[in-house]
Amino acid sequence: MFRNQYDTDVTTWSPAGRLFQVEYAMEAVKQGSAAIGLRSKTHVVLACVNKANSELSSHQKKIFKVDDHIGVAIAGLTADGRVLSRYMRSECINYSFTYESPLPVGRLVVQLADKAQVCTQRSWKRPFGVGLLVGGLDESGAHLYYNCPSGNYFEYQAFAIGSRSQAAKTYLERKFESFMGSSRDDLIKDALFAIKETLQGEKLKSSICTVAVLGVGEPFHILDQETVQQLINEHEIVEEEAPAEQEAAAAADQDAPPADEAPPADQGAAPMDI
Amino acid sequence: YPYVTGTSVVGVKYKDGILMASDMGASYGSTLRYKSVERMKPIGKHSLLGASGEISDFQEILRYLDELILYDNMWDDGNSLGPKEVHSYLTRVMYNRRNKFNPLWNSLVLGGVKNGKKYLGTVSMIGVHFEDNHVATGFGNHLARPILREEWREDLSYEDGVKLLEKCMRVLLYRDRSAVNKIQIAKITEEGVSISKPYSLRTFWEFNAFRNPTVGAEGSW
Repeated sequence: MFRNQYDTDVTTWSPAGRLFQVEYAMEAVKQGSAAIGLRSKTHVVLACVNKANSELSSHQKKIFKVDDHIGVAIAGLTADGRVLSRYMRSECINYSFTYESPLPVGRLVVQLADKAQVCTQRSWKRPFGVGLLVGGLDESGAHLYYNCPSGNYFEYQAFAIGSRSQAAKTYLERKFESFMGSSRDDLIKDALFAIKETLQGEKLKSSICTVAVLGVGEPFHILDQETVQQLINEHEIVEEEAPAEQEAAAAADQDAPPADEAPPADQGAAPMDI
Repeated sequence: YPYVTGTSVVGVKYKDGILMASDMGASYGSTLRYKSVERMKPIGKHSLLGASGEISDFQEILRYLDELILYDNMWDDGNSLGPKEVHSYLTRVMYNRRNKFNPLWNSLVLGGVKNGKKYLGTVSMIGVHFEDNHVATGFGNHLARPILREEWREDLSYEDGVKLLEKCMRVLLYRDRSAVNKIQIAKITEEGVSISKPYSLRTFWEFNAFRNPTVGAEGSW
C-alpha cells in the first residue's frame, strides 16, 4: 500500500472504490502481536502473545473480561482496544441490570460493529485501529466473532489476527473441522499450538502468552501462568512423561501430585511415574 | 390517581406451565362501568401479562412491551426475551416512574415458560417485585393467597389448576365489590399462550349466612 492522494481522509473514496484510511487501520491490526481464538459447541478459548517492550516493562494486557460469559482478545492499538472493552462492559452491565439476563454475544458484536462503522463515515473521526476477537456464550451455544476496524464482523470457528497470524491460521485450517466437538482441554491445547506457530521458532513459555477460557458452566477467566506453563509442558514434551498437574478450573484427566509453588522453570524436569 | 381500574389477577404455576385468571371488569370508582375488558395479554412468544389497577396505564405498558418485543424480533438472531427478562424490564420501568413521583398505577403479574423453565412473578406500582409459585394482586392478595397457600401443590394438573383458580375467583366474586362475574383463564406452556373465552362462575346465594346476615349480631347490616 502506497501513499496516494485519496488516503488522507476517511471520508474520501478512491476511484477504485476503496477507503484507504480504513484499510490502513486494518494494517495496524496486522502489525499488532498475535491473538487467536477458537471455539467448540460449549467453550471458547482466546490466546495471545504478550511481547513486552523490554525486560524491565510489564506486558500489555490484550485479553479483557467483558462479562462472565463474554471475553475479548485484541490486536493492534491496545489503547483503542481498551476503550472498546470499556464500552462492551458497559453495554453488558446495562443489559444485565435491566433484564437480569446476560447480553447475547451476537447483539454485542453488532453494536460494536455499528460503533466502528460510525468512525468510517465522519470526517472528524478516525477508524479504530484494533481488531477484536470476541468470544461468548449465549442461548445457542458458544460463539467466536471477529470485529474489524471497517465495521464488519464475522463469526468464526477459529481465527487468528496480528503479526504472523497466517502461520496460526494455517495450523487452525488443518484442525478446525474437529473443533466443534472438541473437549475444553483439547481446545486449549490447540490454542497453545496455534500460538506456538506464530512465534516462528521462539520458545513457547507461559511468560509470553496469555490464555483465557469460557464455557458452559465456566465463567470467563484468564488462566494463571502456572497452569499455562503446565499445559505447555504437558503437550509439547512428548518424549518425557511430563509432570502432569491438576488444573485450576477444570477436572484433571490424570492423577497428579500437588502443584509446586514455583512453576517448573526448566523444561528438563525429571519425569514422574504416575 | 387511578380512574378506571381493574381488580385482582391470580396466577399459579402448574405442571405444564402457568395458569392465570382475572375477571373482565373495569370500574369507574364504585360503578362497574366496563364489563368486557381483557386484563391479560400475551407478550412475545413466551410470556403473559396480567394487570390490575389503572387500565389506561396497562395499555401504556402494553405499548412499551410491544416496542420491546418488536426490537427483540428485529435482531432476528435466535435469541428472544423470556419472561424473566420482561419481568426485570417492567420492574425497572415501574420503579423509575415511582422515583419520578408519576407511577403507572398497576400491579402486574407476569408469567411464562421458556426452555422448559416456568416463571411467575409480580411487580407493583412502586417497583416491588418478586417471583413465587402463586401470586395475586389487589384483593387477591388478601382473599386468594391464603387459599393458594393451603391448596397449591407442585405439578398441579391443568384441571386441578383451573379448579383452584376458579375457587379463588369465586371467593373474590362474593367478597370483592369491584368484581364481575365474567372471567377468563389463561394458560401458558412451552407451546405458547392461550386465553380462554370469557365465562361465568356458578354462584350460590342461598347460604343461611346470606339469607339472614344479622342473626348473630342484632342491629348490624
